[in-house]
Amino acid sequence: MLVPISWLNDYVDLKDIDLKEFCDKMVMSGSNIEETYQVGKGIKGVVVGKILSMEKHPDADHLSVVKVDVGSRTLQIITGAPNVKKDALVAVILSGETLPDGKKIEKGMLRGLESDGMLCSFQELGYEDKVVPVADKDGIILLGEDYPLGQELSQALDTCQDVVDFEITPNRPDCLCMTGMAREAAAVFERTLSLPRPVIQREEGDVKDYVSVEIKRPELCSRYVARVVRDVKVERSPWWMQNRLICAGMRPINNIVDITNYVMLELGTPIHAFDLGMVKGSRIIVDVAKEGEAFTTLDGAERTLDEKSLLINDTQRGIALAGIMGGLNSEIEQDTAAILVEAACFDPDGTRRTSKKLGLRTEASARFEKGVDPNLCRLAADRVCQLIEELGAGIVVGGAVDVYPREYQAPTVAIRPGRISDLLGVALSGEEITGILTRLGMKVTSQKQTLLVTPPTVRMDLPQEVDYVEEVARIYGYDRLPATLPKGSNAGVKTQQREREDLIRDTLLALGLNEIQTYSFVSPKGVDKILCPPSCPERGFVRLINPLGEENSVMRTTLIPNMLEVLERNYTRNIPQAEAFELGRVFLNDIKTEEGLPAEPKKVCIGMYGAKEDFYALKGVCEGLFKELRILDVEFVQETENKTFHPGRCAVMKKGERVLGTLGEISIGAAEQYNLPQRVYVCEMDVNALSELADLEIRYKAIPKYPAIQRDIAVVVADQVQAGQVEGLIRSHGGPLLERVSLFDVYKGKQVQEGCKSLAFSLVYRNPEKTLTDGEISEDHQRILKALEEDLGATLRDM
Amino acid sequence: MQNQLRNILENAREDISKAASKEEIEKLRVEILGKKGRLTALLRSMGSLPAEERPVVGKIANEVRESIEEMIAQAGEKLKAAEIQLRQKAEAIDVTIPGTPRSLGARHPISVTIDEISKIFMSMGFSVVDGPEVETVFYNFDALNAPKNHPSRDLTDTFYIKDAKDVLLRTQTSPVQVRTLLSQELPIKVISPGRCFRCDTPDATHSPMFHQVEGLVVDKGITMADLKGTLDAFVKQLFGSSTKTKLRPHHFPFTEPSAEVDVSCFKCGGKGCSVCKGSGWIEILGAGLVHPHVLEVGGVDTDVYSGFAFGMGVERVAMLKYEVDDIRLFYENDMRFIEQFR
Repeated sequence: MLVPISWLNDYVDLKDIDLKEFCDKMVMSGSNIEETYQVGKGIKGVVVGKILSMEKHPDADHLSVVKVDVGSRTLQIITGAPNVKKDALVAVILSGETLPDGKKIEKGMLRGLESDGMLCSFQELGYEDKVVPVADKDGIILLGEDYPLGQELSQALDTCQDVVDFEITPNRPDCLCMTGMAREAAAVFERTLSLPRPVIQREEGDVKDYVSVEIKRPELCSRYVARVVRDVKVERSPWWMQNRLICAGMRPINNIVDITNYVMLELGTPIHAFDLGMVKGSRIIVDVAKEGEAFTTLDGAERTLDEKSLLINDTQRGIALAGIMGGLNSEIEQDTAAILVEAACFDPDGTRRTSKKLGLRTEASARFEKGVDPNLCRLAADRVCQLIEELGAGIVVGGAVDVYPREYQAPTVAIRPGRISDLLGVALSGEEITGILTRLGMKVTSQKQTLLVTPPTVRMDLPQEVDYVEEVARIYGYDRLPATLPKGSNAGVKTQQREREDLIRDTLLALGLNEIQTYSFVSPKGVDKILCPPSCPERGFVRLINPLGEENSVMRTTLIPNMLEVLERNYTRNIPQAEAFELGRVFLNDIKTEEGLPAEPKKVCIGMYGAKEDFYALKGVCEGLFKELRILDVEFVQETENKTFHPGRCAVMKKGERVLGTLGEISIGAAEQYNLPQRVYVCEMDVNALSELADLEIRYKAIPKYPAIQRDIAVVVADQVQAGQVEGLIRSHGGPLLERVSLFDVYKGKQVQEGCKSLAFSLVYRNPEKTLTDGEISEDHQRILKALEEDLGATLRDM
Repeated sequence: MQNQLRNILENAREDISKAASKEEIEKLRVEILGKKGRLTALLRSMGSLPAEERPVVGKIANEVRESIEEMIAQAGEKLKAAEIQLRQKAEAIDVTIPGTPRSLGARHPISVTIDEISKIFMSMGFSVVDGPEVETVFYNFDALNAPKNHPSRDLTDTFYIKDAKDVLLRTQTSPVQVRTLLSQELPIKVISPGRCFRCDTPDATHSPMFHQVEGLVVDKGITMADLKGTLDAFVKQLFGSSTKTKLRPHHFPFTEPSAEVDVSCFKCGGKGCSVCKGSGWIEILGAGLVHPHVLEVGGVDTDVYSGFAFGMGVERVAMLKYEVDDIRLFYENDMRFIEQFR
């Protein structure tokens, strides 16, 4: 909301308050400010001139040679302006002066003729194109009023205007006008607010002889006021009005349109003016359109309406889209003789719906959508008529047609000063609160422990006591409230789930992996790229109705495609090695929570590539994590069917029957879907399983008192025999004294026959009660060797 | 005999001082003190001395032996020290060669920021709670007092879920407020960090996915002043103890009164710089007293209890704190970016 300070001063006297103080205090009372600036700033050395004569330039068709009287002297200026004409008053920048954009104007020769100065357009003087008056938009400024020749333009047009751009929150549509902001300023600075009280000097005839109004849908139109003006003269508005419209961001068009815009900006009530001659049957009927009805709005666009669109009709046809835009068929033209001034109140939801459906948002619809006070309609219509009379733009017809079936009354709310004090944390008396609310234009009466408050009808945002808590607080000043801490001394805690997630993250960080975070919505093609089979659970997507694009159209069911994309991005950026993990939610449409929402289990995904990475590097990370979570005896079971992974380099991790996740090298087929080195190692684990199986309770176990006996063995087995099998066999035959078994070497080569490998294990035996002797373990040891030989065909190799 | 002892001592002194290696010393020790050594041989002949001389000579002989033993020990130590010195000199290395890498991974900056915010609030007694990211219209809008026709509910602003009635991707962490009110006993003092989604095309300052941290306190006698004090204590810990807080009145459907919270610029201290765009203040939070409508949905007696809530954008805090100028960097996950946030 653009508010020119000089305009605001019409309603509240703020002349003694400097701009900074004004802005600071308005912001602290709730009227936030986007920015402040000056319109028409830096116009200097530009004076009023009069065109004495003009001739075509002898050597250039599109240029004219004009003689301009600037008071003290006459200048010859060469101009290309299409609208220059004899006797016109113009804005002349003198040679040696500088335009607001920094361009310096020098006396010079143009096509062989001297040009001393330049005729200026509004645009050249720094005005935004969208606010330049229609009449001056395509050429130089033609001044519409008399000014002394040679007078500085900044003085003649009072150009330099402070404008404050307020951010108006959706609950405060009453602030979308000058008087609304004036009401706020009056409360903040404790000044008197004076609102316009239009008085029309001369009225002729009776409006009833000109027009009648019927509201067929009162739920969509709570009030309709019509006034009539005849003998209309459509011309330019006076500069003071144009200047205010420009500063408030609107383009001056002609006096009638400008006045309706002016009153909308002043009071907040959108006004529409019809060419009365085009209102067939002299009757206004407010009704919804027919389904599919075509209607051309005054921007020339034909629009298709439906039976929820509210239309202003005459006896034959629609003539305006209610609260949004007028119709082309009843537009004010240069030859319009009489006008109908409409000040009405349309339903916010209905206006919003139609405006949205048609994709047509206007200053009027923006206001009706948020709610306009119907009680202002008559005032607004009168104000329009008063300004028309004042500007000599027509003769006002007496009276108004005012259809207002149910008058809106502001609700009176009982508020408790004690409660307000309790909520704000500062003791405020009934008198203080009454004072603050009175400053905001509210009527307050005291009744025992409560105050009865009735706001002005423009304030439709105050239905209950709590709304007044805010009113009191913001005018009292948030900055004056004390700062205290809530009582109570409970310690903050995290859920066990979160604690364990933190432990997983911390462990992976400690193992040297970087954490990544990727979008929760992904492309459904991700699961194709990692070669998920047609009917796998990963395809049970939660889908978006309105995604930004296909690449963000489903919620992820696995973190692997995102991980591969991140690795791909890093790889293509020539980062030679990466080790990363993400811990985040996946979304499963086929599994629902109690409330029927998709399940959102968390997964942790690890991904690595680079010279030092291999399957065992990844497995080491997983094992490190299990160790930290104290999940013992996790089995790594070879997995050959998962297409995402290399069939020879993939394992499922299990604790008993519970699957923790899968790890392995990405299959060649999947890796080819990305720009990735072939060897990429990825693991995805179920965070729930990890956190449920984690055993974080620490119980001390005595350090062994008696020495152990270590026996190393090397067994030669066929290649297809897995180390895990051998180890399992050793454990199951080792007896109670076998404390630890660990693989320490795998060898293939000269000393081992083709198709076989040698596995070297270290076996540690210990008796916690006493010192072991070789003899005591020889039986156990022999049993192991025998089992290896019989069950796996292993042969013992000399160490 | 005494002379002989003296000779042995003098000769030993000379020989030992000349010895150049451990082996030579050992040889001397055997020659003098060994079973067949000079001194041993001489002592064996002591029996031939008169009885009255024996104690005197014996004493001298012991002194000689101890002296020689000490000489040998000293010489040995000297030689060992020299040897160690020599060996260590030979083993000298180039200490400027880089060490074998061992390092922690780097935490994602969004996690760093959430962890930091959470830590501060936990120290103030806030517990951490979670809520679903695929939410219902009820929790995300209706229960939060959002007007039925509020533009934020539109398909142009909020992502909705197919084949489900009134299900969406939450646009804020505030639905967790209502979930907490419905599931927990009063008093309540929680924060809830998490992901949120809005239909914004990604650019330098917008991301369709972002993170918020929500806060909620509900108890008897909670005041606007408590909100002010809590946020003030929070920003002082997050941005430094000289940071000031400014609450400006604002409007949110789910709080009343509502405030936007500015902090004094932690880069320039309030003088005005590029981070605060010259104003000296940076907006980082939305807050207010919980609207009675929200408390009522949560089954709270609004005449007895009151509460405050606040919410902040994690990306915004991270961008300000680390001067990151493009929000998209957070989701590109370039290792060179992430590794800066150890």
